[in-house]
Amino acid sequence: MSLLGERVKRTEDRKFLTTGGTYVDDLPHEGALWVTYLRSTVAHARISSIDVSDARNALGVVDVITGDDIDLAPLPPDFGLYNDKMVRPWLPPTGGKVRYVGEPVVAILSETRAQAVDASELIVVDYDPLPAVVGVENAAKDESLLFEEAGTNLAFEMKGDSPPGDPTLFEGCDVVVRQRTVNQRVAPAPLETRACAVRWEGDHLTVWASTQAPHGVRDAYAKHFELEPEQIRVISPDVGGGFGAKISPYVEELLLPWLARRSGKPVRWAETRTESMLNLGHGRGQVQEVELGGTRDGKLLAYRLTVDQDCGAYCKVGGLMVFSTRMMATGVYDIPKAHYACRSWVTNTTPTVAYRGAGRPEAAAAIERAVDLFAAEAGLDPAEVRRLNFIAAFGEPHTTTMGTVYDTGDYPAALSLALDKADYAGLRAEQKRRRETNDSVALGIGLSVYVEVTGGAGAGEWAGVSVDDSGKVTVRTGTSPHGQGHNTAWAQIASSKLGVAMSDITVEHGDTDIIPMGGGTMGSRSLQHGGAAVAKVCDMLLEKAAGGPLQGLSADASVSASGPTFPFGAHVAIVEVDTETGMVKLRQLVAVDDAGKILNPTLADGQVHGGVAQGVAQALLEEFSYDADGNPLTSTLADYAFVTAAELPSVDRFMMETPTPNNELGAKGIGESGTIGSTPAVQNAVVDALAHLGVRHIDMPTTPEKVWREIQKARS
Amino acid sequence: MKVAMRVNGEHRADEVESRLLLVQYLRDVLGLKATNIGCDTTSCGACTVLLDGESVKSCTVLAVQADGSAVVTAEGLRGDGDQMHPMQQAFNDHHGLQCGFCTPGMVMAAIGLVKESSDLDEEAVRHGLEGNLCRCTGYQNIVAAVLDAARRPGVTETS
Repeated sequence: MSLLGERVKRTEDRKFLTTGGTYVDDLPHEGALWVTYLRSTVAHARISSIDVSDARNALGVVDVITGDDIDLAPLPPDFGLYNDKMVRPWLPPTGGKVRYVGEPVVAILSETRAQAVDASELIVVDYDPLPAVVGVENAAKDESLLFEEAGTNLAFEMKGDSPPGDPTLFEGCDVVVRQRTVNQRVAPAPLETRACAVRWEGDHLTVWASTQAPHGVRDAYAKHFELEPEQIRVISPDVGGGFGAKISPYVEELLLPWLARRSGKPVRWAETRTESMLNLGHGRGQVQEVELGGTRDGKLLAYRLTVDQDCGAYCKVGGLMVFSTRMMATGVYDIPKAHYACRSWVTNTTPTVAYRGAGRPEAAAAIERAVDLFAAEAGLDPAEVRRLNFIAAFGEPHTTTMGTVYDTGDYPAALSLALDKADYAGLRAEQKRRRETNDSVALGIGLSVYVEVTGGAGAGEWAGVSVDDSGKVTVRTGTSPHGQGHNTAWAQIASSKLGVAMSDITVEHGDTDIIPMGGGTMGSRSLQHGGAAVAKVCDMLLEKAAGGPLQGLSADASVSASGPTFPFGAHVAIVEVDTETGMVKLRQLVAVDDAGKILNPTLADGQVHGGVAQGVAQALLEEFSYDADGNPLTSTLADYAFVTAAELPSVDRFMMETPTPNNELGAKGIGESGTIGSTPAVQNAVVDALAHLGVRHIDMPTTPEKVWREIQKARS
Repeated sequence: MKVAMRVNGEHRADEVESRLLLVQYLRDVLGLKATNIGCDTTSCGACTVLLDGESVKSCTVLAVQADGSAVVTAEGLRGDGDQMHPMQQAFNDHHGLQCGFCTPGMVMAAIGLVKESSDLDEEAVRHGLEGNLCRCTGYQNIVAAVLDAARRPGVTETS
């Protein structure tokens, strides 16, 4: 019996519920020394001296390492596209610079973890402060430079076809709206913070890593330590969430083999939550200029999006999120003319990386906010403006104004279903009633129709399937689940293909010695690449068996897909805004999401629920903020407004299934859709609630204080 | 200092540093790794255990304060035969976990909540679990699991 499309319960749950998962820091790591990093307390400074002499003599301390001790070549930017003068020291030496609060400065090796923490209090680092650069608009002044040798804070630029404010793009438009919007910096904050351990045996290195991509981690160590990939084994046991921030390894992890070599012992490291908030890469961090023009009756004619992206202090992948923002800039709309430009800047803040959605939520937020601004300016219903400008339903590839080729989509149907399920007409009537009676609690209805791209990261995936003499099946995969449920999902596929009971199927992942290659889990790629590879390799196995028994057979292959896929959907958010306090309550969220053929609706629900929660959190609550001197203001979970159960309603989720031809399963990615669709819907709802007072835009997060101030401004 | 307590029904006695947290005692001295540490400000609840029947964040209790007490962690939960505890089973039935890191603490907090209140509705569960953070599930299926489990026989039994 085929289990494809069935609500199969997770097989991996029992362990997590009873003994708990086995995360890197749960492992014994026999004989390992503890590594603890002392971190910069200032955002931008030159180090005049580092005194570690007392710490060296502290109880249990084996070694204390500063940047002066390290003989490795400094770290170039993570990608060749960046300004190559923006080089990072492993640890900044005396006379060198620190560039953000939390940057590791000294490594302490000790017998127990507590001993290093005690010893770190005996270290004295003298900092000569420099003016801190906070925010892209300050970075662009190029007054204080993070890298003097670069001569600028500009790390990357994509020049546009027209500069912001240039009216020629909008010739023929009756209505043109312009708005600066902030897509604020947020913390991915997986519940498991980072931990890593390494052990040398001769010239063979074993690494235990909390990562989304063990093979990528292996290759990073190979590059920095001039090893062949075969000399390195990376094991990622259970991983407690990643959300994009655990794709590539960080300096604290990369330095461990060097520390282990020097000490002659294995070493282990685990960070605290505060260290994690300051060092695990942040997400988003764009300032956008949106401009949208069209006719009085609602036909959109031209769009310009200009983005300034915050890289943080060093050039990791965050500065390149602007590519996917560009790719998805015009979203679900057919807009004849569209221009895009972007610049990525270094600032004295935590480096940015990919975070759930990775450039696509930023694109969706920009265009969906712009469409609402346009509708308000033209005096039209935002649903009507969307309907007038949708790309019509298509089953063949469609090329957008941005040049992006979408696979399949039906945006009008998604919006119709969402409006129907939300009772849009009824909600507008309730809103009117409340306004007429001067109800102090205003009702807001926010729409967002999104399309995004998934599976673009690393086309194709490896899978291996083998059957032992008793008929038990082992599936090996290059994906690296950290909550997604691949043990269940891949077994569903193999069971359906091979006719073997799920209880006789074991799924293995996260060990580069038993999985020769793999792209890991990111960018909502796993099912369409990894799952499809499992399906394909099962077919190869069946072909080998030629109708005979499967026992003793095995097959493996790296299977490529024909291209990325473009999931889409429509979200309707209904909020109540207390106009006296600015407090926003999300009353309901209707989410229509289409990720092609669904393998397991239960797992897909879970992905949407979690994605929506993170998207709503960005719209309403979460922001990683700094003061003007670069001091972080939200470096603990007590200060950072991490969304809780009490702030969320249950999502009303409705599935559509428009298959993609790009992989055998017809599947598109579902990991990030919730985050992409929900954020602009909620933001638009908050603005919509207050439109009758004259409010036309509120930046995220729409906190009570910000909302209250906008109400006061509109009323005065 | 000396501490003695019953952990998951077993008598334990150890010499510990006075600053040792209960969660560190459970994890590092007793090797019970289900209880996780997710923050340093008593915000996340990943370390929630039952202390004399009430849910507490074990990062905010010193091991010595638990002297003479009974502690139950996820490892100590049992159902009938080889079944999981009804709360654990409900989390599995409703897909109330993904990465699993918050899960043991969330389950203990949920049992504590059900023990305290007899007629829970969605709002009460959402507010009752406000001190336990989850980044994966959006809480929706956790709430569904707790509401369902609250009606299951044996859900408040933890010894």
